[in-house]
Amino acid sequence: MTAPDAILETRALVHVYPGGTRAVDGVDLVIRRGERVAIVGQNGSGKTTLVRHFNGLLRPTEGRVFVDGVDAAGRRVAALAATVGLAFQDPDRQIFAARVRSEVAFGPRNLGRTGAKLDRAIDDALVATGLDGEAATNPYDLGYSRRKLLALASILAMNTPVVVLDEPTTGQDARGVARIQRVVAELSDAARTVVAISHDMRFVAESFARVVVMGAGTILMDGTPAEVFAEPSWPILASTYLEPPLAARVGARLGLGATPTEAGLVETLANRSSGILPT
Amino acid sequence: MLQLTGVTYRYAGYAKPVLHDVDLRLEDGEIVGLVGPNEAGKSTLCLVASGLAPASIGGDLKGSLTLDGTPAAGLRTHELAARVVVGFQNPNTQRSGIAATVFEEIALGPMNLGLPVAETVARTHEAIARLRLEPLVERDPQRLSGGQAQLVGIASLLAMRPRHVILDEPTAQLDPAGTRLVGEALRALAEAGTSLLIAEHKTDLLDGLCGRVVVIDGGRIVMDGPTATVFDDPRLHELGVEPPARARLARALVDRGLERSMVTAALAQGLGA
Repeated sequence: MTAPDAILETRALVHVYPGGTRAVDGVDLVIRRGERVAIVGQNGSGKTTLVRHFNGLLRPTEGRVFVDGVDAAGRRVAALAATVGLAFQDPDRQIFAARVRSEVAFGPRNLGRTGAKLDRAIDDALVATGLDGEAATNPYDLGYSRRKLLALASILAMNTPVVVLDEPTTGQDARGVARIQRVVAELSDAARTVVAISHDMRFVAESFARVVVMGAGTILMDGTPAEVFAEPSWPILASTYLEPPLAARVGARLGLGATPTEAGLVETLANRSSGILPT
Repeated sequence: MLQLTGVTYRYAGYAKPVLHDVDLRLEDGEIVGLVGPNEAGKSTLCLVASGLAPASIGGDLKGSLTLDGTPAAGLRTHELAARVVVGFQNPNTQRSGIAATVFEEIALGPMNLGLPVAETVARTHEAIARLRLEPLVERDPQRLSGGQAQLVGIASLLAMRPRHVILDEPTAQLDPAGTRLVGEALRALAEAGTSLLIAEHKTDLLDGLCGRVVVIDGGRIVMDGPTATVFDDPRLHELGVEPPARARLARALVDRGLERSMVTAALAQGLGA
């Protein structure tokens, strides 16, 4: 039995690549239905390797992976893909179609959607990523940042209960990041599960309810942004070469407690300005 | 000195230019930040400033690129590569695909410059140490995480010790520590006289690294000035460029009704400055 409400679960998961790199080294993780979970950690800490087990792109060297309560070992990638959609870090490893619309159509069509249902899934995904004006464009005529949004749209269109995003904000400008934050919020409102790998601590603190910190293939910390970015956690973050978001550092230095988001810091600071500001 | 004069550039097969009348001059040892919204022309400007466009990818260039006074148009590919080196946004584009180990991948650059073996090896070791890549030297370059691949790409270019460096989002996939290491390495290059143009969304990195920042929008340079002046300009946010956290927090607090002098003092204290 897996934990109640668990949509993704790993038990003592180990992954060793050919050549001997032990990328994941004993991970026990339960992600519950509808959670918003960010996975953070230094480059090479095993984040991407871990999430690629969720849709069967990688299989455990040791340990087990359960997807929606079923052991993934007995299920093919095509079957797992109906539950878990994974947007790659490098969009160019995902994109292959000659038109934006056909790229986005590929996933839901493979899941058996047709007609009006297929069209709606594609349209919704294009609108969510701001690509609705580019349906007929060749993906390679889009810049890198919009190719990343296209890779995201292709996953959104599959309407999977779980959406996994590998470094979604890479290469995005302020509007692109805001767009991705809206997508995460909308997925969450629709009770879908969102897992994202990110180095962008501001994005992590603002858009996720739970943060899993990885180092050397293991989980070092697991908690809310307020817990993970609070001052006592900083040495653990530093051990995997991470820094709390600037808002958390400023808040701690000014003695305001845990302020992982800038909006929270501004609010706290504004409310208590008379008492704490230097004169 | 790297200089673009009156540059208008159109990709092959496209009707409209992507860059319009761009003038940009980088002095030796200068680090210039390049920011702008997505698809403003940052990557194209990197291709033109490194001489790859039009020499390698075609297209139509009006105006000129000169490197230390020599027009790039007259240089052959290997002569160009000896003067200006470009780092791409996607490390998978950068990778040679022919090296068996990370060490060999990094050594390819100086080797292709025709340097003696001893010099090539020394430079390769230095670049590896600079970015703390020692644990990866025996690894297959195809089997690296996204961030590791990006660090290897930057080490490759450090080993060439170029006169001019053009970087398109060099830290996009890096963790904060990797980002800091790259920042230190680039600063050291500039101190040795290299001029650098760095396109980045991470304005926090540019804030501490660049003396000057250029803003591009719709293929035109719309702002060019000292880093602090550009990053405090309210137009930046309207253009879709995220100001550094320091400037962003200051604005939010002032908008919330706090006095600017108090905000500056509180942030200075909060940032430990």
